[in-house]
Amino acid sequence: MEYNAYSQYVSPWKRWGDVPFHYDVLIIGGGVVGCAIARELSRFQVKTAVVEKELDVGFGTSCRNSGVLHAGFNYTPGTLRAYLCVKGNALMDELCRDLKVKIRRIGKLTVALDKDDEATLHRLKAQGDANGVPGLELIGGARMRTIQPGVEGALALYSPSSSILSPYALTIGLAENALDNGAHFHLGQEVVSIAQSAGSGWRVGTASGDSFTAEVIVNAAGLYAAEVCGMAGIMDYHIYPCRGEYYVLDKRLNGTLNALIYPAPKKNSPGLGIHLTPTVDGNILIGPSAQYLDDPADYGCSACVMEDLRREGQNLLPDIRVTDYIRSFSGNRAKRTPPSVGGNADFVIEDRRDKEGFINLLGIESPGLTSSPAIALMVREMVEKHVVLRPNPSFNPLRQGSALFFSELPSEEKADLIAKNPNYGEIVCRCEKITKQEILDAIHNPLGARTLASIKYRARASMGRCQGGFCIPRIARILRDEFGFRPEDFLKSGASSPLFVGNVRPAEAGAHR
Amino acid sequence: MNEKTSAIRTERRDVVVIGGGPAGLAAAIAAREAGCRDVLLIERDRLLGGILNQCIHDGFGLLTFKEALSGPEYASRFIARFDELGIEAKLGTIVLSLSSDRILEVSAMGGYERIEAKAVVLAMGCRERARGAISIPGDRPSGIITAGAAQNLMNLENIMVGKNIAILGSGDIGLIMARRMTLEGAHVQAVFEILPYSSGLPRNIQQCLNDYDIPLFLNTTVTEIRGAGRLEGVKVAQVGQDRSPIPETERYVPCDTLLLSVGLIPENELTREAGIVMDAVTSGARVDDAFMTSAPGIFACGNALHVHDLVDWVSVEAAEAGRRAALFAAGEKNESQRGIPVKPGEGVRYSLPQSVSGEEDFTLSLRVTAPWRNRAVVVRSGEKIVARKMARRLHPAEMMRIDVEKKNLVGCTSLGVTLE
Repeated sequence: MEYNAYSQYVSPWKRWGDVPFHYDVLIIGGGVVGCAIARELSRFQVKTAVVEKELDVGFGTSCRNSGVLHAGFNYTPGTLRAYLCVKGNALMDELCRDLKVKIRRIGKLTVALDKDDEATLHRLKAQGDANGVPGLELIGGARMRTIQPGVEGALALYSPSSSILSPYALTIGLAENALDNGAHFHLGQEVVSIAQSAGSGWRVGTASGDSFTAEVIVNAAGLYAAEVCGMAGIMDYHIYPCRGEYYVLDKRLNGTLNALIYPAPKKNSPGLGIHLTPTVDGNILIGPSAQYLDDPADYGCSACVMEDLRREGQNLLPDIRVTDYIRSFSGNRAKRTPPSVGGNADFVIEDRRDKEGFINLLGIESPGLTSSPAIALMVREMVEKHVVLRPNPSFNPLRQGSALFFSELPSEEKADLIAKNPNYGEIVCRCEKITKQEILDAIHNPLGARTLASIKYRARASMGRCQGGFCIPRIARILRDEFGFRPEDFLKSGASSPLFVGNVRPAEAGAHR
Repeated sequence: MNEKTSAIRTERRDVVVIGGGPAGLAAAIAAREAGCRDVLLIERDRLLGGILNQCIHDGFGLLTFKEALSGPEYASRFIARFDELGIEAKLGTIVLSLSSDRILEVSAMGGYERIEAKAVVLAMGCRERARGAISIPGDRPSGIITAGAAQNLMNLENIMVGKNIAILGSGDIGLIMARRMTLEGAHVQAVFEILPYSSGLPRNIQQCLNDYDIPLFLNTTVTEIRGAGRLEGVKVAQVGQDRSPIPETERYVPCDTLLLSVGLIPENELTREAGIVMDAVTSGARVDDAFMTSAPGIFACGNALHVHDLVDWVSVEAAEAGRRAALFAAGEKNESQRGIPVKPGEGVRYSLPQSVSGEEDFTLSLRVTAPWRNRAVVVRSGEKIVARKMARRLHPAEMMRIDVEKKNLVGCTSLGVTLE
C-alpha cells in the first residue's frame, strides 16, 4: 500500500521561507537535549535551528523513558554524568515552573535486600556526597516504611532530590519556548550528509533534498549520533541501542506509591533494574528491561520480556489485575558500551578541534533527561567560542498555558474556564477527561506537529485505559474540521503510519453531522 | 486565573440517569412511568441512543418488538416514548464525579454544575478491551483498532480503517464488522479466537462469517505484530490446553489492519469513585434484586452492570432499575441493600443480583463458564431447590435468565446457583 500523507506536514515548517537556510547554529536532533540547547541559545541573538527526522520533537528516547529525575549518586565522581546530573537536577524546579511542566519531588528509596546490597548503599552514599547530591541519608526499615508503607528491607538510601516529571511536557516545553524566542524547528528532516563548506562552516543535506548551512553544528542525534558524526568524518564512536520495555498501569492504582522504590543496583547491569515508577499523570510504569538490539528504531515489545515485567510487577504490587495493564511500550538507550562490557560509559560532549565548529554529543543515556539543562549550559559555552553570543533582549523564559490539565483543576476553576470558553465543557477523551479546548490547543501547537502521538504527548488524549477507542473518532473529526484532513492524512506518529486508509464512500461536502 | 471564582450552580433533582443509551432510556422512561415527575437523563454525546447509533445492522428488538430492527430504529422507539413523556435530557454533558450521597458534578459547553439527586441510575454502558489488556508482543504500528471504534469510524464518520483485515477475538462486534467491512470492499482474511468456542452469538457466526466464507480459527491467537509505520502483518499460532501458543503452528498473515474484538468491560469509573462495592467477575457494581448498589439510592443497570448479549434484556433490566429508583426517590422504598446473598457455584461464571430481599419474586441473570448441552440451572437454598430451569444448549456468549418466586424463599439465608 502507498501512503502519501507526508505533504500535509510539510507546509508548517516552511513558514520561514525557502531553503537553503543559513544558521549560526544547527542542532541535529530534537530530543530533550537538542531542545534544551535550542532554548538556551534562544537567550542570545544567534540564528539557531533544530533539524529533526521525526514529525515532532521528542519521538525518540526523550518521550520513551521512566520520566525520572535522578539525584546523581549512581555515577563516578569526576564524570560528566555525575556533574551534569546533579547540576541539571538543581536547575529543574525553575525550568519546570517557567515552562509549565509537571514535576513532583517525591524522593527515592534505593533498597538493600542483602549484605552485598548494604555495602553497595554505603558506597553510593559516599559517592553521592562526593558528587554534591543534596540530602542523602541511609535510613532503617522503620523510617523507610513511614515513607512507603509495606516496603521490605532493613536499609535504604533515601535521596530527596530524586523526582518524577513529564518527559513529554519538558521536551515540548523547551522546544516551544525556544521557538517563541526565535529558534527554528525543521521537523521531518532526516540528515543524510554533512560536509565542511569551502570557507567556514558546514553544509547539511536532508533526505527530502533540502540543505542547510551553519557556522556550528551540534550533534544531539541520540541513538543516531555516531552515524551523524560519521557523516562529518568522525569515525571514533559506536552507539549500541539498548531497549527498555515498559508496561503502563491503569490510574486505578494511583496513590499506591509515595516515592520511587529501586532495588540496589547490580554491578555491570546496563540499567537500574525493573521497578515501579509512578508518573506525574497518575499511572504507574513497570520496567524498564534492558536488551541490546541492532536496530535503533526497533520499538517493539517481546513476549518473554513482557512476561518478565508482568511477573516482576505482580511481585512488587500484588494488587495488579489483568485489566490494569493498559499499554506496553519501549524506548532505546543510546549506549556507548557494547553488550560484552555492559554497565555505562560517560557522556561524550566535545568541541572537536579537528572539525572546526562541530560540537559532538554521544552516549547521552540515563541521566540524560535530568542532565539536559546542564548539558545545554555546557554546549552554550562551547558555542560561544565560535559565535558571538549577545543577549536576546526580547527573550521570555515563560511559556504560556498551565502545567495542569483541566481535569486536575478544582471544580470552581473548571466552572470559570467553561464560562469563559465553552470548549472546556466538551470532553473528547473520556478516560483522561481531556476537553475539546485542550485538543484544539494541542493540534494548533506552534511546532505544527499534528500526529496522534503529538496530540497524545501534549494533551494525554488516547493515553488512558481505552487507548483511543473513544477519542480517536472525535479527534479525527476535529482535525477534519480544523485542517480539512482527509482520513489518510491522520498519522499515528511517523510519515508512513496512517491510521485510516480513506473514506468508506466519497465524502460529500457538509454531509457529516 | 486571578479573578474571583464564582460559586458553582447547584440544582436538586429526584431521579438522575447517567447515560442515554438503551439502558438509560429505558430507566428514565420507567422512572417517569412509575410516577416520578422529575427525571433527568445526562448523556455525553450530542444525541440519545448510545452505542445503538453506530449499530446499523439489524437484529435488535426480536424479543421486545418481535421485529428485527436496526440499532438506530430500536433506539428511536425508546426516544419517541422518552419525548412523549417530556423527560428532560442534558446532552453533550459529562458527569465528572459522583459521590455516595448522590452529588454529581457535571460539565457541558453550557457550564459546570452540581446536581444533588434523590436517586441515581448508573447506565454508562461498557468499553472495549484494548490491546494493552491482551499484551500482544511485537511492533507498535498503526492499523490496530478495536472493532467498536472501527464501527464508529465507518458508520458515523465515513472513515475506512483498512483494506486487508484480520480479526482477533470472536466477540459479536468483531463478527458484525467482518461482514460490514466485506460489504464495503475490504478483504477479511479470518477471525482468530483463542478459546475453543466462539464468544459471539451463534446467529452472528452464521450470518456474518459463514455466509461470506470468512473462516473462524478456534484455539488460535495472534502471537506477534509486525509493521514499521502501518501494520504489515501478524503471526498467528494455535494454542494448547493452557492457551499458550504452539510454536510449530505459527504462520504469518499479511494484513494492514487488525481488529480487536476481545471483550467488553463495564464502564464504572464513577461507580468506583463513589466507593460502591464492585463484583470482580462482572466488573460492575454488586446489586440487590432492586438493582440497588451498596450506596443507598444509587442503582445500576445495562452494560455498566454486566455485559449483555441482547439489548432487549438491557431494556427490561434497566426499566426495573428505573422504576426502583423512582420509588426510592419518592421515599417509598428507602432502605439499604437487601441481605440474602446469591452465590454462583459449579459451572456458573457469575449470577446477578448478588443479593435479594426474599420478599419479592425476581429474575436471576447468569452466564456459564463453558458450552454445555442438556443441563439444568438450579437455584438452591441449602439442600432445597427454589428454582430450576432446563436448557438444551448453554453457551458462555449467551446470558441466561431464570425466574425465582418469593414463595420458595421463606426462611432462606443464602442462595447458590449451579449447573447440574
